[in-house]
Amino acid sequence: MDRIPILKLGGVLIVTIQVDMHDRLALALEEDLTAMIVRTGARAVLIEISALEIVDSFIGRMLVSIAAVSRILDADTVVAGMRPAVAITLVELGLELTGIKTALNVERGMALIQSRLAEEEEDGCGGDREVHEG
Amino acid sequence: MTVKSTKVETLPIRSGDDVVRVRQRVRALAIEIGLGLVDQTKFVTAASELARNALDYGGGGEVRAEIVQAGMRKGLRLTFEDQGPGIADIEQAMTDHYTSGGGLGLGLGGAKRLSNEFHIESTPGAGTRVTIARWK
Amino acid sequence: MSMDGAEVLKRTLIEDEAAILDAWYASLREGTSLQSGRIREAELQTQAKAVYGQLRDALANGGVEADGEQYTSLREALADISRSRAIQGFTPTDTANFVFSLKAPVFAAIGKAHGTDAATLAAGTWAASKILDRLGLHTMEVFLESREEVIGRQGQEIAELSTPVVRLWDGILALPLIGTLDSARTGVVMENLLQAIVDEEAEIAIIDITGVPTVDTLVAQHLLKTVAAARLMGADCFVSGIRPQIAQTMVHLGVELNVVSKATLADAFALALRQTGRKVVRQQVSAEGRR
Repeated sequence: MDRIPILKLGGVLIVTIQVDMHDRLALALEEDLTAMIVRTGARAVLIEISALEIVDSFIGRMLVSIAAVSRILDADTVVAGMRPAVAITLVELGLELTGIKTALNVERGMALIQSRLAEEEEDGCGGDREVHEG
Repeated sequence: MTVKSTKVETLPIRSGDDVVRVRQRVRALAIEIGLGLVDQTKFVTAASELARNALDYGGGGEVRAEIVQAGMRKGLRLTFEDQGPGIADIEQAMTDHYTSGGGLGLGLGGAKRLSNEFHIESTPGAGTRVTIARWK
Repeated sequence: MSMDGAEVLKRTLIEDEAAILDAWYASLREGTSLQSGRIREAELQTQAKAVYGQLRDALANGGVEADGEQYTSLREALADISRSRAIQGFTPTDTANFVFSLKAPVFAAIGKAHGTDAATLAAGTWAASKILDRLGLHTMEVFLESREEVIGRQGQEIAELSTPVVRLWDGILALPLIGTLDSARTGVVMENLLQAIVDEEAEIAIIDITGVPTVDTLVAQHLLKTVAAARLMGADCFVSGIRPQIAQTMVHLGVELNVVSKATLADAFALALRQTGRKVVRQQVSAEGRR
């Protein structure tokens, strides 16, 4: 496979990584996502990695730089479904996924994104919107 | 205690695809000696770091994988070798977040933390050899 | 002319079987195996008889090399016996004596048959000694291996037993830690907790360290790693139950624990409920309710 498919759902770009990532694939994904955020004006990127058996520093770096680029383009990045063994290994490796939000699964990830988008909208144009009590 | 190696194989590291193959082979061997899931993941990740180092900084090389046994304990030992420019200051190279290339600088230090044994020797101009082992 | 040692031994074992077995049984009876009550005499004799028969058969074709192929089934039989001894809790001496106590009766039988022929006597005794020693050592090796297995499994079981992950509420887990944390144990703790987070789809995990006697730099590091790994998976982790003395020691040692921490598990649970949009309220108790 040469490219990892990117789905668009509302303002969210969804990527599911199902293959053993080789480096070219990781670089291609980073490029594609950046282009796609600009083209669609997406507000968030959700990367689902429950099939990934390892995350080494290269893939970790890919995730961090996707998050950094997204941030510049005003989109949040959520990584969902990291396996326990992968999480333990990343901690031991010393890799911090700065700027990345995490969620247990896609459902939780979407909920996280929705609540953040809702918050931002409230902050941005509170006057025009219905004010929630409590 | 004497350590004897029972199964030896050599894999090339010439391209990004080779790095993936090394990972898959190391995973299979780790399962064969009965490593737990977390230990497998740690060791495969360490192998991935070192294979990429050999490719990116050493211009390619090879890895020798051995199943080793010391008494009752089984382990997996990997020796990564390249004929690249070598490392002049190993201590500096081992420091986290130090990198001579574009990496995160976690490869060597990380690989050491993810293994039970770690050994590095390098001759500037002649190449680098890194040996790691994980015991069950 | 003197005979080959293996031949002498083989003949003796065949010709003098009844006497040797009787003497072996007697010797086994005196051993401590029976007194410990771990095995019955009949069972011990059945085992002895089976081993004797296999030894005789092995000798017929295999010579004196007890590591050889002809001895495979005998070695396996001894290994089985040895393994069951290890699991039943026999002492190493009892286990080794099972084979070694066959020596005296065999030597006596050879002596009786060839007492006048020094060369044959020596050859036969040497052959018996060589085979039985090797078999005895084999028994011990298997015994030790089995013991190590038992110990390893027990260690694993203790580690798992001592780290229960409890579900406090939908999406909220607690891990009450008891005892000293070393790196091997922390590894198991970490894995159990993270796996439970996946299984229960938990948003929040509370690590309660009320039962941990000391928190030094290493323990703090382990805790931080667990918290960091949980965060990578998308769950929050609180630490609760840091006793006053431990808090003081930590400050004196300069141990930093950069996590959300609460004094008690109850406080941490309340925070967890709040964070997941719930709260606990006291129900108005009506006059009727008090009745």
